Amino acid sequence: MNLFAEAIAWLFGPDNWAGPSGITARLLQHLVVSAVVLVIAAVIALPVGGVIGHTGRGKQLAVMVSGGLRALPTLGVLTLFGLWLGIGLRAPVLALVILAIPPLLAGAYAGFESVDRRTIDAARAMGMRETQIVGKVELPIGLPIVVGGIRSAALQVIATAMLAAYLADVGLGRFIFEGLKTRDYAQMLGASLLVILLALVVDGAFALVQRLVTPTGVRLARSARTGGEPARKRTPARRTITEGNPV
Amino acid sequence: MIEFRGVTKQYPDGTVAVGGVDLIVPPRTTTVLVGTSGSGKTTLLRMINRMVDPSQGAVLIDGTDVATVDPVRLRRSIGYVMQNSGLLPHRTVLDNVMTVPLLNGTRRQSARARAMELLETVGLDASLAQKYPAQLSGGQQQRVGVARGLAADPNILLMDEPFGAVDPLVRQELQQELRRLQRELGKTVVFVTHDIDEAFLLGDQVVLLRTGGKVVQSGTPAEFLASPADDFVSGFVGADRGRRRLRLEEVDGQRVVVDEDGRPAGVLEP
Repeated sequence: MNLFAEAIAWLFGPDNWAGPSGITARLLQHLVVSAVVLVIAAVIALPVGGVIGHTGRGKQLAVMVSGGLRALPTLGVLTLFGLWLGIGLRAPVLALVILAIPPLLAGAYAGFESVDRRTIDAARAMGMRETQIVGKVELPIGLPIVVGGIRSAALQVIATAMLAAYLADVGLGRFIFEGLKTRDYAQMLGASLLVILLALVVDGAFALVQRLVTPTGVRLARSARTGGEPARKRTPARRTITEGNPV
Repeated sequence: MIEFRGVTKQYPDGTVAVGGVDLIVPPRTTTVLVGTSGSGKTTLLRMINRMVDPSQGAVLIDGTDVATVDPVRLRRSIGYVMQNSGLLPHRTVLDNVMTVPLLNGTRRQSARARAMELLETVGLDASLAQKYPAQLSGGQQQRVGVARGLAADPNILLMDEPFGAVDPLVRQELQQELRRLQRELGKTVVFVTHDIDEAFLLGDQVVLLRTGGKVVQSGTPAEFLASPADDFVSGFVGADRGRRRLRLEEVDGQRVVVDEDGRPAGVLEP
């Protein structure tokens, strides 16, 4: 309990927040690295997932690839890339991108795939072009699940971005590696608590986004199907993609 | 006028969905394609708006081979109503009805006015305009589907088992509404069903198909009853079971029409 109190004390020590290696700076670095990783991974994974979900082709391959990527231990990948690319941010960013791709990919194709084939067929029969089907039908209906994938990826990346400090002087992980060297366990625990908090806040923010992007009609349809509560009450939109084969 | 010329659809695995159909759909009438599942009736319907392209033969609308028309433009000029309505779940009733006119570039305001008008035409209260499909009953959803099919004022309306998923009472109501609409609007309607009673009720021309996508007989409902082409037809229309063989009986001074088993079908007007 003493250690815990010390960790809290470390967190609230004003001296610890200031300066280029203070908590504020580290927190920002951590967020920026996570955001960069998510953007890179999203640019790769979301279009691929969207195409797979839209066409229904290549799903097996996607499941295999994301399953394979998921099986890679991030620390091992990081070490490998570190040996290849040397000290700096490139190796950790790459390792984290690999970590983020599977949930993004799964979310994207599950989102597109979740749209009722009959709805898509009707849209096509009415005379929508393929791009209009994607933009006006599949994307709005599937978006909550796509965002669920982003949410899941964000959670993993923020938690794992601690490892960036293994190879670069960046992120909240610095406090862990530093504390390990100097046996400053209060600092280590404090930094861990901070990351947990950060992950929860970001997760909460994405949960909110997920709810905001759920179209009213889709929410109503879902609660009508489950025979449940009136639609005004809380949405059952809390859906996270963690497995390769969701929905 | 829609014309099928030697139309065949064979899938890569060898399945023949439609096997050499020649057929003329006269304008401003209702043609019903009827048959069991696997008789290719839906495939035939979907060839009209190029949702399916024939592997042989051609489909012509007013003399133009549809294969030469851009599918998207073609589909926007033809109304389509499907089973389970196919409404976009994330859009309101009004937005659903407005979809095709907006795709065609109609201004929002006039599309909206037209959609409101159509809701009334299909017998829906204006208060439903802002509801979402999930808030409607099955019958109401189908009405919205019909309104959407009519929104761009197409000459041709394709209906793929539109009343298949609603309960019998609502179905009867919708069938009567469709007859009324057709009297008012005079569209060229192609209607797919597996229900021969529905076919006889709605069709000016009935086309009976059987497995493998072959036309067994086509003609008016009366022609079907008067001279069924073969046993398959009599079986399908129920002539062989005596359901369509009616005779008169005198009860309490009234002439009652009964079927072969003596069950009353109605009273004959003097």
